[in-house]
Amino acid sequence: MNKFRFPAFPLYYVLLVVLLYLPIGVLFLFSVNNGIVFSFPLKGITDHWYRDMVKNGELVAALRNSVAVAISSSLAATALGTAAAIALARFEFKGKAVFLTIALMPLLVPFLILGVALLILFAALQIDRSLVTVAIAHTVVSLPYTLLILMARLVGFDPKLEEAAQDLGATYPYTLGRVILPLIAPAMLAAWLLAFTVSFDEFVLASFLNSGKPTLPVYIFGQLRFANRFPQVVALAVLVMVLSIILFLISGWLQQLGSRAALEQRLGRGE
Amino acid sequence: MRGGVFMLGWQPTIKHYQSIFAEISIQANCWPTEIIGRSVTPVLPCPIVGSYLRLLGVSVGMAFLVALIVTVLAYPLAYFLTFRAKANAPLLLTVLILPFWTSYLLRIIAWRIILGPNGLINSLIVGSGLSQHPLTLLQYSREMVIVTLVYVWLPFVALPIMAGLQRIDKSLLEAAAILGSPPWESFVRITLPLSLPGVIAAFVMVFIPTVGEYVTPLLVGGSSGSMYGNIIETFFGDGLNWPLGAALAFVMLLGVLILVGAITRMIDLRRFVG
Repeated sequence: MNKFRFPAFPLYYVLLVVLLYLPIGVLFLFSVNNGIVFSFPLKGITDHWYRDMVKNGELVAALRNSVAVAISSSLAATALGTAAAIALARFEFKGKAVFLTIALMPLLVPFLILGVALLILFAALQIDRSLVTVAIAHTVVSLPYTLLILMARLVGFDPKLEEAAQDLGATYPYTLGRVILPLIAPAMLAAWLLAFTVSFDEFVLASFLNSGKPTLPVYIFGQLRFANRFPQVVALAVLVMVLSIILFLISGWLQQLGSRAALEQRLGRGE
Repeated sequence: MRGGVFMLGWQPTIKHYQSIFAEISIQANCWPTEIIGRSVTPVLPCPIVGSYLRLLGVSVGMAFLVALIVTVLAYPLAYFLTFRAKANAPLLLTVLILPFWTSYLLRIIAWRIILGPNGLINSLIVGSGLSQHPLTLLQYSREMVIVTLVYVWLPFVALPIMAGLQRIDKSLLEAAAILGSPPWESFVRITLPLSLPGVIAAFVMVFIPTVGEYVTPLLVGGSSGSMYGNIIETFFGDGLNWPLGAALAFVMLLGVLILVGAITRMIDLRRFVG
């Protein structure tokens, strides 16, 4: 008796997903296209943009800057996010709501305003703009993500585990090291990867606080004026995209792995 | 250089706030290349007449339109993923969101390659002999900024809407069905109203960053697509007028804070974040 239902929703989904991936596909084609101007028909497939890219010293330097900033800011954001999440999820204190709102604020304030504010702040403090200031800015904007991931994980397991450890005589630092941290480790790794991705792709703050040592997005933006270098830049961008996607997928997988909700779902489905 | 900038003083005065509201002549509104110090297309182009405040109004209007279009486009997606996709939902959601975690700058550049005056579509049209001349429709413009921003935000907004839809008690829908309500009526009278907090959260989460947008207009806005953010960026960059830039930024921040304050009184935004 099943009457045919026009699959409007699946079709709509497929259409939008195709539109979303189309530009990414175009970028990829451009990066292997044997020509400086992108037009159909393609002029043949080449890997020489990828080979040029490796030889381009400025580009490799920018990549190195980005990696340094992303690693340090994501480590800082994960450490701060873990500490803040434990405080928020496990302790009662005055001004908790205000604290959480302020920590999440960077998600709600346009990056342009954050960039301007940090620029003025560093100038007023007479701190030179450098990769360090960029890393500080990236720590601020990654913090909401790490905080939310870790809070979700902490809410997901029973505080009785910690209470049991302490009833049995464990000190709080010992409980932290042997009970809490191992339980939230997958979430910490997920948070770290996400923070890394956020920093690695971030353009606005990096360009405001840039000091002549550009990160990759800032470098790419600067290269847009030079048409002949554009294909190499796109080749690099394709590599970066692949890297970001892999990091994001691993991060998502780790969050799933760690969450009790996922486990319960699996048990519920009898798998 | 830093000392120099610092010595200029960055503190805005009343005068700077006044100039936000003041009418500016076309002359003052254009950036001559001597001031900008570079020979690319002027960042703040001439056609904008009026005051900075009016440009803020234009930017708010653009952000409103972008947020509205994105929310309307994403709602059926969120509905599909929440109620229809069943076991495939996590996979389909991941596929949808992935582009959001790829470089934002690059996705905008990709649209430049596709839609731009010398872009893919125009090369196809000319190449296939459909037309001798490239389409003038495909110029960098305010409309192209809006299209590009819709594209940039679309993968992301389904999330908060889904969070809203998931919290709807399914038994309400069953009860309505048992009592003879047709599906469309259940949707209009139960699902839609109950999903509004998620929809509002999605709208705000697109609207706010879009008001402060300046990169997309730089890349695909051409001479008429500039937004309020572009003047702020110019004053802190090559235009070098920190006090005025700070005043402009503060006006925008104030607007954003008031909006966030008003929204959080209605719904708990935090539930939809992340």
